[in-house]
Amino acid sequence: MDSSVLFSIRLSLQVAAVATFFVIVIGVAIAYFLARGSFKGKELLDTLFTLPLVLPPTVTGYYLIIFFGRNGFLGRPFYEWTGWSIMFTWQAAALASFVVALPLMIKISRAAIESVDVNLINASYTLGRTEFETAVRIILPLAGKGLTAGAVLSFARAMGEFGATLMLAGNIPGKTDTMPLAIYSLASSGEWSRANTMVLLLTLLSGGLLYLANKYARRFF
Amino acid sequence: MGLYVEIKKKVGSFVLDVSWKMDDELTVLLGYSGAGKSITLQMITGLMRPDAGIVRCGGKVLFDSLKKINLPPQKRSFGYVFQNLALFPHMTADENIRYGAKGLSPDECRKSVAEITGAFRLEGVADHLPSKLSGGQQQRVAFARALIRKPDVLLLDEPFSALDNPLRIEMRQFLKDIRNIFNIPVVLVTHDIIEAYTMADTIIVYSNGRVIQSGHPSEVFNRPANKEVEALVDAKKLMTMP
Repeated sequence: MDSSVLFSIRLSLQVAAVATFFVIVIGVAIAYFLARGSFKGKELLDTLFTLPLVLPPTVTGYYLIIFFGRNGFLGRPFYEWTGWSIMFTWQAAALASFVVALPLMIKISRAAIESVDVNLINASYTLGRTEFETAVRIILPLAGKGLTAGAVLSFARAMGEFGATLMLAGNIPGKTDTMPLAIYSLASSGEWSRANTMVLLLTLLSGGLLYLANKYARRFF
Repeated sequence: MGLYVEIKKKVGSFVLDVSWKMDDELTVLLGYSGAGKSITLQMITGLMRPDAGIVRCGGKVLFDSLKKINLPPQKRSFGYVFQNLALFPHMTADENIRYGAKGLSPDECRKSVAEITGAFRLEGVADHLPSKLSGGQQQRVAFARALIRKPDVLLLDEPFSALDNPLRIEMRQFLKDIRNIFNIPVVLVTHDIIEAYTMADTIIVYSNGRVIQSGHPSEVFNRPANKEVEALVDAKKLMTMP
């Protein structure tokens, strides 16, 4: 394997790991409130968070540029303040992967949390335990398999992210060319043998992760 | 201590409208399934909010719709044993009991857990998950967990209904022992007239969201207030009493 292939593999793992970390923390929190909360506009919020699951990734990427681009709502003040823009960095690839993988985590985690027997939650309350204690010691551990499956699938989705990443991070060799982007470049310039390595690797990895997720908690998705 | 309950609640087309009180005794809420017994318990514990009414325990007001008082379950001192026991499946027997010991200092907790584990004959199975316990052991863990904090009243939602006969009889004796050891008032929800007759100091008969008779078991069984109670406490069923 030459160094550019190795770079793409390493970058993809790094991007997916960072994205998955935030997907877990933020996804579980959002899923918890969607599953346990009762407030107006709950399903609307669910729809909003889940939208990247069905939108073309280029559209998701387009929105991300509007928000985080150098002239974006958040991107511009941040650029003026720090002189740094996320555009065309590996962090942009992580952000794109995060946004695209988040809906998977939310959907699966919400189903897992909702599947916890409400009697157990009530029992915890009558034993004097607060909502927070109940979440940490009863609900989340019992939803654990579903949460794990969600995290595994999110990681796989983050590894495979292409469209939104291309929009936000570009396809810069040696900087933002994750495996899917590198495969696209190699295929368009006819370098099949180098592409083959990565295609095979991605197929095996994604297949393996999917198998794991299935084994853990197929009933949640 | 004493418990005063006066609640109105509409759930779909079902209307619950009951009012009763009890002293330091074992009170049975008797009635067919769907009569409103279980949701009465849920409203006593604060898991469900009545539309209107008052719930008082001892001198303490737990719920008062006019004064807009509604304490959350965590601030009410009840031991609640659920119909399906609701043991936490990922915790051992010991961890389940300890989970109920909120607010006790580590020393108190150790002492109380050791005491109750001994009294309820659970020493040998303390590190077993609920799925590895026998039916009777599961029952005793659920009671230990509910009692460890020394609640003001013990509320039991048909805890024995799923047991086979010999075990049910054993558990009735166990409940009598608990009454003696802890000296705690008990509300027992059941549709089993034998359980009601043999356990109760007072029976409150529920039907379709209302109380249709209350009193000492002999009174309810010998002088049913109306046909409905008469059908429910049909003496022939008692003849086959185990």
